[in-house]
Amino acid sequence: MNTTEYFKEHFDRLQAENKDGALHRIRQNAFADFSRMGIPLRHEEWKYTRINSLFNKEYKFGSTEIPASISSKDLDAVRLPGYEQANELVFINGIFSFQFSAIRSTALVVMPLEEAAKGEYSGIISKHLGHSSKYLKDGINALNTAFIQDGVFVHVKKGQITEHPVYIYNITDARSGNILSQPRSLVHIDENAQVQLVETYSTLGLDESFTNQVMEIVVEKDARAEYYKIQNDSSHTNQVSTTHIRQTGRSYIHTVTISLNGGIVRNNLNLVLDAEYCEGHLYGLYLQKGESHIDNHTVVDNVKPNCFSNEFYKGIIDDRATGVFNGKIFVQPQAQKTNAYQSNKNILLSDSASVNTKPQLEIFADDVKCSHGCTIGRLNEEGLFYLQSRGIPEKIARSLLLHAYAMDILEHIKPEPIREYVDKLISERLEYDIA
Amino acid sequence: MLTIRNLHAGIEEKKILNGVNLEIKPGEVHAIMGPNGSGKSTLASVLAGRENYEVTEGSVEFSGKDLLEMSPEERAGEGLFLAFQYPVEIPGLSTTNFIKTAVNEIRKYRGEEPMDALAFLKLMKEQMAMMDIDQSLLSRSLNEGFSGGEKKRNEIFQMAMLKPRLAILDETDSGLDIDAIRIVANGVNKLRNKENAVLVVTHYQRLLDYVIPDFVHVLYNGRIVKSGTKALALELEEKGYDFIKNEISVSEEVNG
Repeated sequence: MNTTEYFKEHFDRLQAENKDGALHRIRQNAFADFSRMGIPLRHEEWKYTRINSLFNKEYKFGSTEIPASISSKDLDAVRLPGYEQANELVFINGIFSFQFSAIRSTALVVMPLEEAAKGEYSGIISKHLGHSSKYLKDGINALNTAFIQDGVFVHVKKGQITEHPVYIYNITDARSGNILSQPRSLVHIDENAQVQLVETYSTLGLDESFTNQVMEIVVEKDARAEYYKIQNDSSHTNQVSTTHIRQTGRSYIHTVTISLNGGIVRNNLNLVLDAEYCEGHLYGLYLQKGESHIDNHTVVDNVKPNCFSNEFYKGIIDDRATGVFNGKIFVQPQAQKTNAYQSNKNILLSDSASVNTKPQLEIFADDVKCSHGCTIGRLNEEGLFYLQSRGIPEKIARSLLLHAYAMDILEHIKPEPIREYVDKLISERLEYDIA
Repeated sequence: MLTIRNLHAGIEEKKILNGVNLEIKPGEVHAIMGPNGSGKSTLASVLAGRENYEVTEGSVEFSGKDLLEMSPEERAGEGLFLAFQYPVEIPGLSTTNFIKTAVNEIRKYRGEEPMDALAFLKLMKEQMAMMDIDQSLLSRSLNEGFSGGEKKRNEIFQMAMLKPRLAILDETDSGLDIDAIRIVANGVNKLRNKENAVLVVTHYQRLLDYVIPDFVHVLYNGRIVKSGTKALALELEEKGYDFIKNEISVSEEVNG
């Protein structure tokens, strides 16, 4: 397909149907950006992740083409443990669904982006929506923004604690045709508020799905937020998943990204430390097998002085799977007394598995502490022999060692039902459950 | 129980064992002593099935079966246990889960049902008390951050849990203070009975003050060059390994 023509047609229709919308202009600008930049081909940030093949297919997308089609039974199949108390936000084919969502906490305000852009939250929207485009200068981010129509705005009220987590289910219904879905959200965590966000991706059916997601999270002064991304979708699903976090006051953010399956998976995780004394923790674990490809692109931008960030990603790559880790730390000229740490460790389990890891520091201030490092190795043979010598068969011993390797990322998943859930997924994946 | 015949083994191109012969019967305690580099740890590793060693000649029979044909886990299932000279740290794997898996996999190998959770817990507590191991160690990652003494006590604790027919202690006394040696020796002695045997591999004789051997063998240049009783260990302690070396070179001159 001719990518630009194809999207132009959809775009014109969307704009014509929503002429007076508050987001009309934002979409217009984004589409111009997309037309100019296009799909990244020879783009430095996409060197090891080629997604042009994903655009050689026909997809259905947008609310006019694919009305929400799932049943409550479909939803039940993807629900996370503890959902009875949790708040549940549901996207179907990239379109936010109020019908299936359940807001149980009074600390939360949830409304369509379109509506938020013209009401009492319009100031927040105009200040923060699209901030990720400053960091992601490629057509993919712009493409999402150009079709921002069906997104959601989530506001955590000032001084309020969301007692139970917010579960975000991205469901793609690929039971009758390929689907392109572009979920979009802006999460605003107001001063002194707290929230835990857990996000999953599930494709129903066997046709291909391509999810191009953008979530922007704003963390105001004295707020605390945790964000967990769990990717365990089937191997005929692809995604570019962007999580852009901006800390606008002294605040705390903690993220864990777990990637267990998928076709091509590209995660952009940006952390902008845009106020003094911000603290950010970024953890990640990827277990890849078959032909899957995982790319974790992270940016930590220290804009203001006295911030702390720690980043730790671990990976296990098997079969012909490929992994990419690209971790950039910027320390801007005025960001003195920055403490920024980064580490990436990998185990390759087969001769045809590969990983490209690239830590990058760009430091423009002189009084900072920064470190980065990466390792690529094999399974600990001495550990394997130790376990076998205690009567544990080799296959189980390998599973135990790999599970143990994952533990120091897993333990950073704070909500217990979610930690147990992920632990179980890993047991299933490694085909051995110690329990 | 264990019969080693003319065992030759090495690592890559290097020959380390040059024809070891040894017979161990149920109820016996054997000690293998020798200077550094004589092949003591290689012998222990070959018996336990460490992969990077290659056996070029000879045979090892364990309870009537060909030991060298078995994987390390099968050897453990048959009742062989190696207390490691350098126990491996496994961050992320709790000691409890490790031992539970080991106990139940060995039971499975023997066609037994998994151990009941309560019985397992009770057994574990008893054995921990015997080895003077703090309960907090069990929820910690296997050997991670353990002191040298804690690691060695943990080895004997594992041995107590797995109840092997033949326990090989590879330099278990190295790096231990006298109190820890007593605890370790006490653990080993409690497990001794008519049915099982112990092979102590050591550089020094001090562990043998507490775990009294029936036989002492001296390994030198990959062969057992002298065998005797407890008295031999004391003689070695007193005279050093040079006396063996001299004896060998004299006899080789005579024979040559």
